[in-house]
Amino acid sequence: MLDNLGWLIQGFEQAATPMNLLYACIGVLLGTAVGVLPGIGPAMTVALLLPITYNVSPSAAFIMFAGIFYGGMYGGSTTSILLNTPGESSSVITAIEGNKMAKAGRAAQALATAAIGSFVAGTIGTLLLALFAPAISRFAVTLGAPSYLAIMLFALVAVTAVLGSSKLRGGISLFLGLAIGLVGIDSLTGQARATFGLPQLSDGIDIVVIAVAIFALGEALWVAAHLRQKPAEVIPVGRPWMGKSDWQRSWKPWLRGTAYGFPFGALPAGGAELPTFLSYITEKKLSKHPEEFGKGAIEGVAGPEAANNASAAGTLVPMLSLGLPTNATAAVMLTAFVSYGIQPGPTLFDKEPLLIWTLIASLFIGNFLLLVLNLPLAPLWAKLLRTPRPYLYAGILFFATLGAFAVNIQPLDLVLLLVFGLLGLMMRRFGLPVLPLIIGVILGPRIERQLRQSLQLGGGEWGSLFTEPVAIGVYVCMALLLLAPLVLKLMHRSEETLLLVEDDKDQREKATGVHEKRLREESK
Amino acid sequence: MTGPIEKPAEQPVTTQEQPEPTVDRAQYLVCAVLVLVGAFIIYDALNLPAGFAKVDPVGPRLFPMIIGIGLLVMAAILAIAIPRGSRGEADAGEDIDPDRPSDWRTVGLLVAIFVATILLVMPLGWAITGALMFAACATVLGSKHYVRNIVIGAVLSTASFYAFYSGLGIPLPAGILDGIL
Repeated sequence: MLDNLGWLIQGFEQAATPMNLLYACIGVLLGTAVGVLPGIGPAMTVALLLPITYNVSPSAAFIMFAGIFYGGMYGGSTTSILLNTPGESSSVITAIEGNKMAKAGRAAQALATAAIGSFVAGTIGTLLLALFAPAISRFAVTLGAPSYLAIMLFALVAVTAVLGSSKLRGGISLFLGLAIGLVGIDSLTGQARATFGLPQLSDGIDIVVIAVAIFALGEALWVAAHLRQKPAEVIPVGRPWMGKSDWQRSWKPWLRGTAYGFPFGALPAGGAELPTFLSYITEKKLSKHPEEFGKGAIEGVAGPEAANNASAAGTLVPMLSLGLPTNATAAVMLTAFVSYGIQPGPTLFDKEPLLIWTLIASLFIGNFLLLVLNLPLAPLWAKLLRTPRPYLYAGILFFATLGAFAVNIQPLDLVLLLVFGLLGLMMRRFGLPVLPLIIGVILGPRIERQLRQSLQLGGGEWGSLFTEPVAIGVYVCMALLLLAPLVLKLMHRSEETLLLVEDDKDQREKATGVHEKRLREESK
Repeated sequence: MTGPIEKPAEQPVTTQEQPEPTVDRAQYLVCAVLVLVGAFIIYDALNLPAGFAKVDPVGPRLFPMIIGIGLLVMAAILAIAIPRGSRGEADAGEDIDPDRPSDWRTVGLLVAIFVATILLVMPLGWAITGALMFAACATVLGSKHYVRNIVIGAVLSTASFYAFYSGLGIPLPAGILDGIL
């Protein structure tokens, strides 16, 4: 424990040099600026900004990433509040309540409670991360290859089968990802697989190219096919601030939201959507002003925003302690680790302690900078929302091309970018979730290596995979996860009634109903 | 892949306003992609020389075979599910107007611009190609200020050329402007 504190202090020393603080500021500002732009979520923000980190030192790059990570999240909530069009499912609630507040002339308070709530949740979340991640990784290094293999398989199954509405479409996306992960030289026998005989493909397809293609190019092409003729109207805003009553009504929801968000984020299949809904119902139940909910209640912004950010911090726990990415943003960040030649996995805390603790210290710093820089800058960010859409999407295409091209300076990467961009477009058109594909690309090769190495050690006996108690436990959990919905179906209950409380469900329907009605009115 | 994506144009995309479970036939495109990728992976795996049994009990073939067969199975399940009214929910987003029919012409033009970029980036260099690409994309996406489009593109591409060259030490190709930039 004291050891970790010592490392954390060292991390702060490393991160707090003037040069690194500058990187942190750049990261926060870029992350927010790109995250605010409509149509760009946190994962795309990180993917688009990856090239900036190519030639700086790993620690400086991670310091910047910490800023980009929280900045991108914060930028997304600003967009939701001022535009009323959620960029992703976890910010649906913020879009509903926050935009109602903004319409009622309380945009400044909505932005303030979102910003301060994000800060509170981010700080507590990072603290919990610093507490738990080293312990989990210390436990994980004692596990053998069979257990680690089981955990990775569990992450694959959980992300594919639990998140998202259709298991079939999740599976399609996963297998496409695994197929992409095959390309390259087989690590054990040195044979080229699925390379089309191209020597440039023998190291595999650069994951930066895949991430940029799926997140940025695919999204831009999809939006291009459906671009709104008249962009949604932006509500003007001054400097965010909160009155005394706003503080009184916000602080408890912040803490409760954090309590919901962090554990869901840390679980392989938790996600950010469920904790934001749970936080919203809880606040509605506990509020002294339940009649304001659906019309712009500050608790309804404070709680879900905190839950969203705490969940983001939670996803860093499996990422840093086990090397498992569980959401898109973490997956893209993990690709950055790999591009620095850092092997993600449970040994990370042992092998690269200074780097990891610098990253954790930077998360604290980035979170703080976000609060200090962004409250005064909010009016400027609101202006960014008015970027003419042709320029915005032309810009996304431009920077996506630049990012993918700068990796190796070879036109082949641009061909791959286009192919996977079209794949991303297809996935959006047909409702195939993006996350299982990215997780498949990242984990597929690692699972194969782990499986073959454990079998080598086990003398080729498949039974040797089931010798460790942790491995068996994980396989049992996996079976339960897959079978539970089936059993429930047999008992004539749908998955939804299990996951959502009655009140939440009709609230959600009402909320989306109102939202859709508004959208319809707008389009007329 | 440019050909097949034009297909859905004939298929009026039903929006959320019409919840009747119509069959979304365009989804057979996904089946086709799955079969294509799956078949290629299996073909490729079968052509791998085996014979590493002693060092490596699994061999390089098993994984591609599992994944290839998995893709074919997924394609089959989807092919059965489509006529029964199974459909994916198209992505929503901030700038997406779900009530507009899909505009595949714009997408096709953007893809064409992209192909041109791939062909021109080495001979013409990043500064020129990037500027042209930005201007062309902005024009296709509906910006009618042609001069402004090209000026913004030129500023972006030249700035990024120098930022990558001196800031990050990555020399983007200068192309015909070699020696001038």
